Amino acid sequence: MPDPSVVRETAPVILQVIGLNKVYEASNGPVEALRSVDLTVRKGEFICLLGASGCGKSTLLRIIAGFEQATQGEVAVYGRDVKGPGPDRGMVFQDYALFPWLTVRDNIGFGPSHRRVAPSEVAKLTDRFMAMVGLTAFADRYPHQLSGGMKQRVAIARVLANDADILLMDEPFGALDALTRSALQEELIEIWRTTKLTVIFVTHSVEEAVLLADRVVVMSSSPGRIDRQAEINLPRPRDVASAEFNALRREITQQLTSHVGGRRLVTATADS
Amino acid sequence: MSLESAVTNPDVGRAAAAKPVAARIGARKLRAKLRAVLLAAIVPIGLLLLWDVMVRWTGTRLIPSPWGVALMMWDFAFGGIYDDAYSGSLPIHFWKSVQRVYGGFFLAALAGIPLGLMLGRIPLLRAMLDPTLSLLRPIPVTAWLPLSMIFFGLGPKSAVFLVFLGAFYPILLNTVFGVKSVDVRLFEAAGMLGCSGPQLFRAVVLPASLPSIFNGLRLGASFAWILIVVGEMTGVPEGLGAVIMDGRTLSRTDLVITGMIIIGVTGFVSDRLLVLLSNHFLRWSPQHHA
Repeated sequence: MPDPSVVRETAPVILQVIGLNKVYEASNGPVEALRSVDLTVRKGEFICLLGASGCGKSTLLRIIAGFEQATQGEVAVYGRDVKGPGPDRGMVFQDYALFPWLTVRDNIGFGPSHRRVAPSEVAKLTDRFMAMVGLTAFADRYPHQLSGGMKQRVAIARVLANDADILLMDEPFGALDALTRSALQEELIEIWRTTKLTVIFVTHSVEEAVLLADRVVVMSSSPGRIDRQAEINLPRPRDVASAEFNALRREITQQLTSHVGGRRLVTATADS
Repeated sequence: MSLESAVTNPDVGRAAAAKPVAARIGARKLRAKLRAVLLAAIVPIGLLLLWDVMVRWTGTRLIPSPWGVALMMWDFAFGGIYDDAYSGSLPIHFWKSVQRVYGGFFLAALAGIPLGLMLGRIPLLRAMLDPTLSLLRPIPVTAWLPLSMIFFGLGPKSAVFLVFLGAFYPILLNTVFGVKSVDVRLFEAAGMLGCSGPQLFRAVVLPASLPSIFNGLRLGASFAWILIVVGEMTGVPEGLGAVIMDGRTLSRTDLVITGMIIIGVTGFVSDRLLVLLSNHFLRWSPQHHA
């Protein structure tokens, strides 16, 4: 297997974020959600955006998805400006956002069937990705009849079947129990390896980030910005009990908590 | 016994116990149904008894006893007792009323659902139409009667128009409400899957607001049955409303009550049909099952 860092440097740039600012108008004045964020993602990379809540990591992801507009700066996929949501960037939401009136099969086939793909072709795609996430036996179930882990599998398959280039994931496993989460993390890595997708994964868990990512983008808040980027060069499958894993986890955790702690100190003095 | 063995010893017990367990569950369901019917019957039977006792006790001649009404009903449906102008005429009156009710109701659904979907999604349209609709809405439908007689003349068209007006607003308002309460996430999900613009109406807006639309349809249908009586009270020779009006002028209270009961039962049955339809179309949403 080639060295991942070499692949990384030679693969084409798929996503470029340049000088991104985002300011919300809140009732008590403007809130700076993101300040001069730059990010370059190469094809096939697995990126984790890591940070405490309120650091703007979800906002950044939603701007990349095209759900929100940046106040300043640009986002480009393969050099083309992002103007709104599009099938090249598939999103997996924390709360699944499956269509409750469609069966598992029809949820997965939603994208292709709305792009005028022939029904026989949609059926083939659906079968393939239903099998990939292990839900073939549940094809005719409705979302309300599924567990959280199964729902999230459908959400992932729905994006895969739509042939997205970039998989955007907004704390996708945050609402799941620990066992299901760890199973899905493993499956996601497997899917990423077989499909050679580019993944941008938002999380607040250091362990999850170090387990999954090629590169962890550490963000901090007020205003939301990128602090540093850490390459994770551990071989896969990664062993969460290994010394190297824990050294990396400790290092990144320290960086995160120093920011959170610092902010807390400031608010404490302001209060007293 | 078989239920217990199936639970405690699944591998051995399952095949042997499958049938008795299924039968037992079936019997339990039947018993629950029977219980529901009995519970529901207590109040109507009590009311009938009270009615009968009150008629006997007061000795009134203005109101017939339940038995009198039952005779009238039989005569109205099949004839052979009084042999007057109303004997055996139920089918024709019933059919005319049903036609008008569903005519007006379907027109209201045909206008109210698409308009509601658009009003809920297109702010410009809402800004243009909402004030006018809100101004017209508080006017009781019955107040439109004189105008509708001028517009449509004396006759069934006027009745259909009133039914339409009565059913239109609940269908429209519930559709708008349904559209406005669609989870934004679903639009985002559709957008990132490449579904946008007018496609969204069929793919997301309509199915997501279906629970509200069915609420509107049920309300609309019940208003339709209320308004058919008003609509048929003027210048229509046939129809259940006309029969009730005739009963009043002829002092045939048994005829009036017969008409009332038939409208009540038909309205009930038509609501159950809508519920069946709703359960079928909303099978994906257990909390909307009625």
